[in-house]
This record gives sequence, structure tokens and C-alpha cells, in this order.
Amino acid sequence: MTALPTLTVKNAKKPARVTGHGKLAAVYLAPGMLGFLIFIVVPLVASLVISMFDWPLFGTPKFVGLDNYVRMLTGDPVFWTVLGNTLFFAVSYTVLNLVLALALSTWLHNLGSWGPFFRVLFFVPVVTPMVANALVWRLMLTDDGVVNSFLANFGIHGPSWLSDSQLAMGSLIAMSVWQGIGYNIIVLGAGLNGISPNLLEAARIDGAGAWQRFVRVVLPMLSPSLFFCTVMTIIGSFKVFTQPYLLTLGGPGESTNTIVLYLYRNGFSFDKLGYASALAWALFVIVMLITALQFSQQKRLVNYDN
Amino acid sequence: MTTETMAKGTAVNAGDLNRRTPANRKKKRPGTYVSRVAIILAGLIFFFPFLWMVATSLKPTSEVFSTGSNFLASRVEWSNYVTAWTAIPFAQVIANSFLVSIAGAALTTVVSLLSAYAFARLQFKHRDKLFLVFLGTLVLPQEVLVIPLYIMMNKLDLVNSLPALIVPFAFGAFGAFLIRQFLLSLPVEFEEAARIDGAGSIRILWSVILPLVRAPLAVVAVFSFIDYWSSFLWPLIVINDVSRATIPLGLSMFSGERGTDWGPLMAAATTAVIPSLLVVILLQRQLVKGVSMGGFGGR
Repeated sequence: MTALPTLTVKNAKKPARVTGHGKLAAVYLAPGMLGFLIFIVVPLVASLVISMFDWPLFGTPKFVGLDNYVRMLTGDPVFWTVLGNTLFFAVSYTVLNLVLALALSTWLHNLGSWGPFFRVLFFVPVVTPMVANALVWRLMLTDDGVVNSFLANFGIHGPSWLSDSQLAMGSLIAMSVWQGIGYNIIVLGAGLNGISPNLLEAARIDGAGAWQRFVRVVLPMLSPSLFFCTVMTIIGSFKVFTQPYLLTLGGPGESTNTIVLYLYRNGFSFDKLGYASALAWALFVIVMLITALQFSQQKRLVNYDN
Repeated sequence: MTTETMAKGTAVNAGDLNRRTPANRKKKRPGTYVSRVAIILAGLIFFFPFLWMVATSLKPTSEVFSTGSNFLASRVEWSNYVTAWTAIPFAQVIANSFLVSIAGAALTTVVSLLSAYAFARLQFKHRDKLFLVFLGTLVLPQEVLVIPLYIMMNKLDLVNSLPALIVPFAFGAFGAFLIRQFLLSLPVEFEEAARIDGAGSIRILWSVILPLVRAPLAVVAVFSFIDYWSSFLWPLIVINDVSRATIPLGLSMFSGERGTDWGPLMAAATTAVIPSLLVVILLQRQLVKGVSMGGFGGR
């Protein structure tokens, strides 16, 4: 119906009578805009202010200017580790998620009446509590867990999936893809449903093979959905917190520590709300830059012909 | 170009096209069976963590690892559920989750509808500018706001209260945006007619607009429900008493206490998963529709 509204902003039509509704509008907008001001605008500005203080949870905040940012960028190697981990997670997670979601949604699309059932099945981990999902993965991936005892059946001595610094991040990514892929499968499935079968039939009659039809017809027609999924998946992946918090505690060492986990610890374990706010602004700037970059490429990558 | 080839295709090879009509589709090709067996396997592997969760919840903790990859232990240990339910006030925690999610979804939906109506249908100064600023926060990560919000809740003495879980996250731009887009696709004539008949603005919103926007309202309600339902970071920050916890936090607190007591831990996880499964089964149509319309991505 209203497919993928986030991508275009329609302008409201002017009503026939162009008279102001100032007072009436104020009444309707009051709850939404007051809440927006109090719970979004003020905290956003406040977090910038707090980031310039040495701010303990209890006690008197002390103004330190840009010290928190200077420390973050030059005096805190953990920040760069955490940033690197988050970037690595974001890129790997997004690529894996999209490639698999594209493959699965195409498969389900061609499965006829069985498609919708499996689409919902793949969606289940999106809705079940992430904490429960993470806990069962922790159980499955412990050294003598079911994954390794399954591998033992084939004489393979399974590694320490969560406590080997080479593997821990990979395990987090695998768990996260499992958890989040159902969302993209449904968005892409809706995109596929929107492609006219006549178009594919025409391409087939013109002699295009299955692969050619996929690359030349399906992918361009699907590009708005793919673009939407990419934007949403990348933004979501920069906020990763629950998986490292529950599966690895950011370890071993700092190998799976992420920006939001580090932010949480600085704020609520190390009692450095000022430094945590500087980290929050770093996250904010990164997410904004990436979103701006993606939208600047939108015209080049996305086909809105239809 | 495509229309041309399409026309050519239909004219030249109508018989070929007929193979795809619904009636003939029911004749399954051998490939279909292979594909179906494969998808069942893929689905089972995908669903395995949940099956393993239930299986482990019924094992005595001493046998969780010694049973290897077997689903069954020497006996079925129902007492894990008793342990889990007495260690955390599960009924209370589940009730908290429902209360927070329903109240949050209701608040979000009502506020979004009111804003959307004003932005879509009313004329006022700087309307489109204000809307763009509002919309700009669509990609603002909530994680950026948690520290000032915590300080705010602390000052207001709302730490450890359910309102602190509900109110701060009910004012995002997504709901208003989705409903506004939908309203813009509706003709204004219904409202004009009602106005000519003498209906007031509130009357128009209630009896003309509301019945028309049920679909996007349902989407906003379901998605904000799920958002509240699965939220973890904010409850972790603002709640420290298990009697005020929502399901994810209660489960995390339990796992903090129990470490590797996997039997009861998986019993608790299973208990936490069941309401979500019910939500998926009952609301699957709204969910699928909502996600396809761009609901709360990536969270």
C-alpha cells in the first residue's frame, strides 16, 4: 500500500480555503510537540552540555570544557578499539544480513503458499526478548554446549566460541543475524510482491535466464526496499548493546566491546556521565554522517522508475 | 521498452504465459518438493535455539551438558519452572511488561494521530519546517539520550517507576510520520463535507478521520508495543527493583543471580518467550503489514 514511506517526504496539500488554523493546530500539536521538546530536544542538547562536564551521578558537576572529547580522541585507546569493533560489527552484520535476507526472501517468494508461514517463522526472533535469545545462544555456544557436542560427533574439537578473541565477535554477528534477519525478509518479501510477474515473464520470453532476470529486473525493481533495509540495518547495528552485554561482557579483553556498551559502563558503572555523553555524541555524529552519506547516494543507487 | 516487449510477449506467446496462471500453478514440479524439504530443514535449524531452550528448561541442571546434543535427559525436570517462578515474581514482571507496553503503545498512538492530523490537514506558520525538524529525529539513536533522561528521572524522583519506562519514549516522529503519509493519500472531501454539515473539528477527527486511518494506527500501535516490549537498555538503567522490571530486565537480573544454573534459567527464558510467540501468532497480519510499511526498523 503505502510502500516505504521513509524514503520520500510528500508535501501536504494546501486545503482549498487557505486560512490559518493556528490555534487549533496548537491544541492538536501540544502533546506531541511538548513531549518532543522535553524528551528529545532537551536531552539532546543536555547531553552536549553534560559532555563538557566532569559529571558524577551524585556530587557536583565540574566544567571541563572539551577535555572529555580530547581524552576520547587522544588519551583513551579503548575508544578506538570500541569504535573499530562497532564498525566491524556494523559492516559484517549488515552485509551478511542483507545477502541472506535477499536470498531467503527470494526463495520464500517462489515457494507459493508455504512462503508466508516461513516468513513469520523467520520473524519470531525479532519479537522474542533479545535477552532470552542471547541467553540460549550463550548456552549453545559454551565450550561444552550443544554446538560443540554436535561437532564432536564428527570428531571435531569445537573452539571456545565466546571466549576466544578471534571468534567472539563472529559469534556475536552470527547471533545478531539470526535475531534480526526476519525483519529484512519481510520488507524484501513485500518488495518482491510488488514486482509485476508480467515483467519477469516478458524478460523470460526475451530469453533472459533466471540469473539475468534476477540481476537485471528483480534487483533494480527491489532497490528501494534494499536501500531502506540497508539504512535501517546499519543504523540499528551501530546501537548494538544487548548481545555483547549478555554473551561476552565485551570480552575477552575488549574484543567485543561496542560504543553503546562502553557508553553504558562509563555512565552507570564508572560514574562518568560526562565522558559517557561525549561517547553518545560521537555515536550521534557517526550515525548522522552515515545516514547523510547514504541519502546522498540514494539517487545513484535506487531506481524509483515504477 | 518493457511495455513493448510485454505486449510482444503476450501476442506471440500467450500459451507460454498461461503456464503461470494460478490454476496451473498447482501442478507441482519435482523441484518444488526438493525446495519444500529444504525449507523445512532450514526452518528447523533456524528455530533450533527455541527448541533447545525448551528442552534445556526440562533437564536437571546436572545433566545439561552431560546429555550433549540429546533433547531428553534421564527425567523431565518440571521443578525448573517452579524455581524460576519463585525466584523472580514472574507474574508481576509479565504484568509490568503488558502494562508498560499497552500504556506506551496507547500513548504513542494517540499523540502521533493528533500530530499527524495537524501536520497533514491544518494550515499554520512554519508547518513544513517544524515537520522536517521533527522528522530529522527519526534516525536519532535513543541511546544518545539515555544519560540526560536518567538525570531527569532522578531529579523528578521517578527512578524505579513504571511511568519512567513509558513516558520518555512515546514522542518519536515515526508514528506521526506514518499516519501523516497515509492521511495525505486520502481525499479531503470527506472532511469538507462533514465541515459543511456543521461538524466541529474534534467530531471530524473522531468520526471521519479515525475510521479511515485504522490501518496505520494499528501498525503504529503494534510496533510501539513491540518496541516497549523488547526494550532493554533503558529499563536496565532506570529500574533496579525486580518488582518493577519488565520481562527482558527480569530475565537479565535472574541470569545475573543464577549464572549458569541453566535449567531454571531456560525455564525463565521459555516463560519470557511465550507471550512474544503469542503476539506473533495473533498479530502476524498486522506485523507483516507494518514491517512492509516501514515499521520501526532496525531497533
